[in-house]
Amino acid sequence: MPAAPLTACHECDLLLQPVVLTLPRSRAHCPRCGARLYSFHRDRLEKILALTLAALVLLLTANLYPIVGLNIQGNYTETTVIGAVHHLWQDGREALGGLVLLTTVLMPAIELGAVLWLVLPLWLGRRSPAFAPVFRAFRLAHPWAMVEVFILGVLVSLVKLAHLADVLPGPAIWCFGGLMLLLAALAGLLDGHTLWQAWDEAHPDDEAKPA
Amino acid sequence: MSRRHTAASQGLAVCEVCGLLASLEQHEHCPRCQAPLHLRKPDSLARTWALMLAAYVLYLPANLLPIMETRSPFGTQHDTIMSGVVVLWDTGSWELALVVFCASIVLPMLKLFSLTYLLLSVHRGSHRNTRQRARLYRLLELIGRWSMLDVYVVTLLVALVQVQSLAIISPGPGVVAFGAVVVLSMLATMAFDPRLIWDRAVPQTVPPDTSAASAEEHRHA
Repeated sequence: MPAAPLTACHECDLLLQPVVLTLPRSRAHCPRCGARLYSFHRDRLEKILALTLAALVLLLTANLYPIVGLNIQGNYTETTVIGAVHHLWQDGREALGGLVLLTTVLMPAIELGAVLWLVLPLWLGRRSPAFAPVFRAFRLAHPWAMVEVFILGVLVSLVKLAHLADVLPGPAIWCFGGLMLLLAALAGLLDGHTLWQAWDEAHPDDEAKPA
Repeated sequence: MSRRHTAASQGLAVCEVCGLLASLEQHEHCPRCQAPLHLRKPDSLARTWALMLAAYVLYLPANLLPIMETRSPFGTQHDTIMSGVVVLWDTGSWELALVVFCASIVLPMLKLFSLTYLLLSVHRGSHRNTRQRARLYRLLELIGRWSMLDVYVVTLLVALVQVQSLAIISPGPGVVAFGAVVVLSMLATMAFDPRLIWDRAVPQTVPPDTSAASAEEHRHA
């Protein structure tokens, strides 16, 4: 048996002998199809935790404050994400409102909450209960969190409204902008390989089962 | 061990949840995370076809029906995706018009065509351009989400422009269809198993009866 157990590329199924990465911010790619396999970062769990906590704070404030305010001839309106979803709901577009709520609020919240749930105990050298289901929730939520697309949508709306009325960018824009950057940094640090490796190393004699 | 062996050819399956390599003979579920083990995503081709065809069907109403209705004292104006781009162009912001045009019109179409090409090439058992096709698939996973742009724009405009005496914007039926196209094409991309590209390209490393992909072919034949 070789030093590290064999692995296989998740995109082309090629059997691989994992390379041990030692250089900071190095990344292993599949030699056949070029898929990203895993990466190495110093103090990765600490960094993930810091980014996740900051992102959770920003997500909360982004949803408490208005995104855009509009002044049309003395009529001032402003809206938060939840407020905008509420409008869609009232217009009878429940599915659409649900989609917006899901992709801008719920999925990022689930993703960040799951990461915190998984990584905080790992950082302390323990395994969190229900590790596998929570990891699955994280993986499921990740592609549906679309904060960066939402930011672009806000920008387009601002330009569209600018010739109609006075547009006032709200504090939530900056929160969403920051959240976008933090989520991008998190995506670069997080991979399933790392989390499960940390899980393997955390109290392996512990009776706690992931499921 | 030869570099050309696939896990499937050795009776090994990668766990979809935790990535552990496990023998299918000994395990039905992943020994580490208890997820069910498969050589390939189950019914990948059939699911991808179904979701993709549904997205194609909805692509028409998404582009033809109005996504936004603006009621003002001067009458009611209906905006489709394309007319929204034109308005943005005319009001002096051609850069953003280009971005919206790409995200809302070019990307969804390109995505559906690319996925069709990937599916057809897998069915044909194509040996060519495997690496390029793998790269195309990764690109599809990356760009699909950007088509949500117009959905967000309509959401914000609807919430903000609600002045009785001047203008009231409400969402049109097109935006629902458009959102559905984005979701369906994302689901279709997720249902596709990129390993199928390689299974057919190097058939000698995968015995036909152990590959979930070959079972798929009989169903479609």
